Amino acid sequence: MANKIPRVSVREQEPAVRATNFEEVCYGYNAEEAQLEASRCLNCKNPRCVSACPVNINIPAFIGKIAEGDYTAASAIISEDSSLPSICGRVCPQENQCEGSCILGIKGEPVAIGKLERFVGDWSLENECKGCVDVTPNGHKVAVIGSGPSGLACASDLAKMGYEVTIFEALHKLGGVLVYGIPEFRLPKEKIVAREIDNLRKLGVKFETDVVVGRTITIDSLMDDEGYDAVFIGSGAGLPRFMGIEGENLNGVVSANEFLTRANLMRAFDEEYDTPIYVGKSVVVVGGGNVAMDAVRTAKRLGANATIVYRRSETELPARREEVHHAKEEGIEFRMLTNPTSILGDDKGWVKGLRCVEMELGEPDESGRRSPVEKQGSDFEVECDVVIMALGTSPNPLLKQTTKGLETNRRGCIVANEDGATTREGVFAGGDAVTGAATVILAMGAGRKAAKAIDEYVKSK
Amino acid sequence: MFRIVEKKALADNIYLLRIEAPRVAQSAQPGQFVIVRVDEQGERVPLTIADYDKAEGTVTIVIQTIGVSTRKLCALAEGDMIADFVGPLGNPSEFVHMTDEELKSRHYLFVAGGVGTAPVYPQVKWLHEHGADVDVIIGAKTESLLIYTEEMAKVCSNLYIATDDGSRGFKGMVTAKIKELIDVEGKHYDECVAIGPMIMMKFVTLTTREYSLPTTVSLNALMVDGTGMCGACRVSVGGKTLFTCVDGPEFDGHQVDFDEAMRRQAMYRAQESEANERHNHKCNCYGK
Repeated sequence: MANKIPRVSVREQEPAVRATNFEEVCYGYNAEEAQLEASRCLNCKNPRCVSACPVNINIPAFIGKIAEGDYTAASAIISEDSSLPSICGRVCPQENQCEGSCILGIKGEPVAIGKLERFVGDWSLENECKGCVDVTPNGHKVAVIGSGPSGLACASDLAKMGYEVTIFEALHKLGGVLVYGIPEFRLPKEKIVAREIDNLRKLGVKFETDVVVGRTITIDSLMDDEGYDAVFIGSGAGLPRFMGIEGENLNGVVSANEFLTRANLMRAFDEEYDTPIYVGKSVVVVGGGNVAMDAVRTAKRLGANATIVYRRSETELPARREEVHHAKEEGIEFRMLTNPTSILGDDKGWVKGLRCVEMELGEPDESGRRSPVEKQGSDFEVECDVVIMALGTSPNPLLKQTTKGLETNRRGCIVANEDGATTREGVFAGGDAVTGAATVILAMGAGRKAAKAIDEYVKSK
Repeated sequence: MFRIVEKKALADNIYLLRIEAPRVAQSAQPGQFVIVRVDEQGERVPLTIADYDKAEGTVTIVIQTIGVSTRKLCALAEGDMIADFVGPLGNPSEFVHMTDEELKSRHYLFVAGGVGTAPVYPQVKWLHEHGADVDVIIGAKTESLLIYTEEMAKVCSNLYIATDDGSRGFKGMVTAKIKELIDVEGKHYDECVAIGPMIMMKFVTLTTREYSLPTTVSLNALMVDGTGMCGACRVSVGGKTLFTCVDGPEFDGHQVDFDEAMRRQAMYRAQESEANERHNHKCNCYGK
């Protein structure tokens, strides 16, 4: 029986070793392991994994092809619905999506769909020329703002349809959150991200870095002066949130965005690079999402004692289970049901500690999660040199301010319909700029939907 | 890559670089800044725009060699390439939104300190072109550190120079010169704009407060991306935390918490001097 085979465990770097380097934690499956794991799939008649996938990849079909050893076919099946399998296979929250609804997971372990997707993605990066698609130019130009997951996915689809696509990126490096946010140990930059981008180049997509749309140029100037028929906004999340507690502007308090950008984009951990980073002896990261896990594990790798402080309990941690598990293996301390009330500074204005209060879980709130309530008189202090705030972001107001007719909602997110059409004709949007901080797969899905809508829009003009 | 079309030494350790960056030049306005990354290993360094020429597609920056990054930049020659040059960032100065009618009746006092004189120049030039009356005080430690005096003289009503050692012009701090202009010469100003070292801007605002003279300052906070993503540049203004890159770089000087801003600016000083040491060790070719 297929389901008698236990889930094939994946090889990983030893925790004690990897806590001191930035190499990828997980090695992924080799062909033999992938085929064995693929053989566990029951090929359900009514596959729940497919409907649980935000972009509805035909999961049993590609897994079936892996089992047969036909990776080209597996890759073709995935690419019908996803343009970034090597990336999504690594960073998707599979436990809540495809794997979370796998029938095998009811009594045992679900099929390792994420690891299988990653295997196929990596195999096709190694073996296939994804860019070798015959494209007939259709004579229309589309501008894509931002080179993160939604922009890359949108550009890729449009280029295949024959559009002349230019991606404008504000930073000096391409990839958006894939390069500045997600650390190397979770998503290798040269091996994976740069190669996915190279595939777009082969499709004829052009890239302009160092262009801040809204400052260097505007959406209006792109459409009116530079002849773009449509624009896709995939500018991502924006300004980091802080708690608004005392001491947040002390030296040593940074946003997770800043900390991760210094480490990932600017490679501050490498002595050859000029950008500084500061961890001191001990670092506290406030928050419980994937960004918090990335920050705390980066701090650990830079030599600090690193602790997560989160106001709810472990079951409410929004981070992926795998990341929490990896963090614990690497020696990260977790202080659950703890909320900071102020940051303490020394006489020179540097962080010396965090004053916290213990929490307990009360009634469920709107999100269905039990909301944390302060325990009276439970104040205590945690000593630390650095506090990293990983509390999410609020949208960057730049595009709204500089684009006529582009509406945003109460929270400042760009208003867009199901297909990504905004309130401004010819302008589409997707990803975190629309939804607020979400996942790579959702952003990618939104980029692809918008590509379809842009094609319809341009053709109807 | 962005080409250096002109390089000039302006004073001891102060250099002017004119960079070919047509898109930036096209959109630049007074008060904005750029982020420069010299090479693949370089930091992203925010620098205020010192001039721009839309027709030629060039943007001028003025740099004082302080740390590794500024020294690397200043070691480049005409014709060399800079890896990244992005902007214009931040908001333009408030006055660009005023009508020429309004501007014609306004009297400005600009206070420029050291290398901060460079970003004052495009603002004064712009105001001059739009009919405002502008006096300028340029302050420096000593005569050899003065920059932009001739250019500035051409675009302002009165140029005053103040050196700490009296080697040129008024002997003393710019704040003493402000007092003299108002108290002794009976000058009236509608607005003061101070750009220079944080400590100078702090004392200028303390002085102008005595005269209830509205004062704008341009903050050179630490930044990484410069587009509103990292929050490194946050500053307390009127008790609220704002981001210099998206809310500034110009703020009401009387509302800025300068002591905090100066402390935050020194956040990476230890690492910077270490990096400087390493750099000195590796290479002896720069700015002696």
